[in-house]
Amino acid sequence: MKLDLRLPIGLMFAIFGALLTVYGVVSDRAIYVRSLGVNVNLWWGLVLLAFGLVMLGFVLRSRGQAPAGQPPPPPPARGPRPPAAS
Amino acid sequence: MERIQLGGIDYTILIIYFAFVLGIGWALRRFVKSSDDFFLSGRSIPAWIAGLAFISANLGAQEVIGMGASGAKYGMMTSHFYWVGAIPAMVFVGIFMMPFYYGSRARSVPEYLKLRFDEKTRGFNAITFAVMTVFSSGISMYALAKLLELVLGWNFHASVVLSALIVLAYIFLGGLTSAIYNEVLQFFLIVLGFLPLVLLGLKDVGGWAGLTAKLDTVATNAGFAPGAWSDSWHHLDSATANPMGVEWFGMVMGLGFVLSFGYWCTDFLVVQRAMAANSMTAARRTPLLAALPKMLFPALVILPGMIAIALHATGGGLLPLGSDGTPNYNLAVPVMLGHYLPSGLLGLGLTALMASFMSGMAGNVTAFNTVWTYDIYQSHIKPGQTDEHYLKVGHAATVFGILASVAAAYAATRFNNIMDMLQLLFAFVNAPLFATFLLGMFWRRTTGHGAFFGLLTGTLAAALHHGLVLSQGAVAGLKGGFLGVVLHTYPSEMAQNFWTAIIAWTACFTATIAISLLTARKKSDDELRGLVYALTPRQTDHDLPWYKRPATLGVIVLGLTIVLNVIFW
Repeated sequence: MKLDLRLPIGLMFAIFGALLTVYGVVSDRAIYVRSLGVNVNLWWGLVLLAFGLVMLGFVLRSRGQAPAGQPPPPPPARGPRPPAAS
Repeated sequence: MERIQLGGIDYTILIIYFAFVLGIGWALRRFVKSSDDFFLSGRSIPAWIAGLAFISANLGAQEVIGMGASGAKYGMMTSHFYWVGAIPAMVFVGIFMMPFYYGSRARSVPEYLKLRFDEKTRGFNAITFAVMTVFSSGISMYALAKLLELVLGWNFHASVVLSALIVLAYIFLGGLTSAIYNEVLQFFLIVLGFLPLVLLGLKDVGGWAGLTAKLDTVATNAGFAPGAWSDSWHHLDSATANPMGVEWFGMVMGLGFVLSFGYWCTDFLVVQRAMAANSMTAARRTPLLAALPKMLFPALVILPGMIAIALHATGGGLLPLGSDGTPNYNLAVPVMLGHYLPSGLLGLGLTALMASFMSGMAGNVTAFNTVWTYDIYQSHIKPGQTDEHYLKVGHAATVFGILASVAAAYAATRFNNIMDMLQLLFAFVNAPLFATFLLGMFWRRTTGHGAFFGLLTGTLAAALHHGLVLSQGAVAGLKGGFLGVVLHTYPSEMAQNFWTAIIAWTACFTATIAISLLTARKKSDDELRGLVYALTPRQTDHDLPWYKRPATLGVIVLGLTIVLNVIFW
């Protein structure tokens, strides 16, 4: 695979989760009247954080498992174009 | 309506999402070295990614907003668009049609028609498809910008330009791979962004039992039997007994067979995702893996609409009313977002909403640039150029496709009728298409002339039928009856559309057979190898463990769908 898609998915949801969890802790309780009194930011933030971390965990595990066959980011491996092109 | 106020946290989430979308395009740009990479992802996508992209590309404007609106307007019967109108066709395309699409190495659906039939059939399909994708993408853009204007008070032009630029940037950089990766990201965002809304809504109405009790009031208020909004099959024996105004035969044949198979099996927008898969098995599993989440989507997109109408009817005017006094169903989902979600999750929900529009747009644009480059440019305008040349054309076509979509979005703001008319025309062209594919793939005697003139006959039959019938309460014109004589009046517009599709399909099917028998076969058995069922080696999956075989997956998917239909009967 060209780019492990689980990496951006995991990162994005971990960031969203962390943001919402923190916001849930610091935000004014009054805004949760509309969500039936539930601090949904805190709870759903934790769900997103867990989801993101699980995805990142998969990425780490597959990197550990692919030793010689496919090194994760081949730094100078294949690059027919000179770095100036990018 | 009351506008939704966004806070700093909401904008932060939106901006982070855009950064990831563009970042994926940027990270993938160095993998685009040939036209194959740009248009087909170098056929390297694993099945699960292709599968999620397969449903995400179809998640355009029509899905989240439209299915929510239908959930409010028709209730549980909307689930037929999934459990009858999508899953069986997805299983069929995976098990029976993918071997031809993927095995023939065709790079697009029109190219398959060229290999199987001839140039004129390909040309007809390529041109109508290219025009259709541009307009669908334009309608997506228009709907998104209109919604943001109404709900958030954003500037219409700014929304159009912003969404166009973002989609352009990530497709231009990473081609189909970038579109597919972003579609998967969008899939998770849509699921995780809407789920809290559904959970809160259900908690509010008192679970499924509380919801059905409230929906019974909705049904009896509208003059139907209680349950008309919460059962899917119960009230289908007569068209007058349900809010959709359809009876079971028109629904199963029109929606479940002609329209659904026509869309999922022949629309390059979705088929392209499976063609990009990294092996024949992965390509066949793509639609099957897609069907698993697809069958649960009603909970995510229809339920919010049903909850909205239940609250509207029993708690007093949640939905804004239109000029004719009926609720504005299209606002069901946005109103629900503003009703339940506090700042924070609100940003996530709105980001998910925007993601659904953008995935629909991107799907159309990637399908457009491929069909334009391979089936129109390479085959009619400039054949025999280097691959590098076609890659450049693909990039140019992406820019052109986006610009044309923007133009279409503005056309929609000025001439609403033109958009309706075009959609009607496309419906006429698409309805018979599945008959052509079915005959082409399973009957080797089908000829190029048969396919082409059969398609024309089907399209004509659709137009003729539409011109001679009308739905109840509609005025003659775009809605039908434009030939001056109204032979039949359908109880609803939906029933009228289903029957137009049935008649177009039948006309195309019989005309293709008749003309094929009258014309000489031009393609030998050898040329048709890999394109026709009888001349293609069977797929044997004995080397795969049983749970990975497409046939097993297909049976599981169909079994689960039947269970869902029975539960919500």
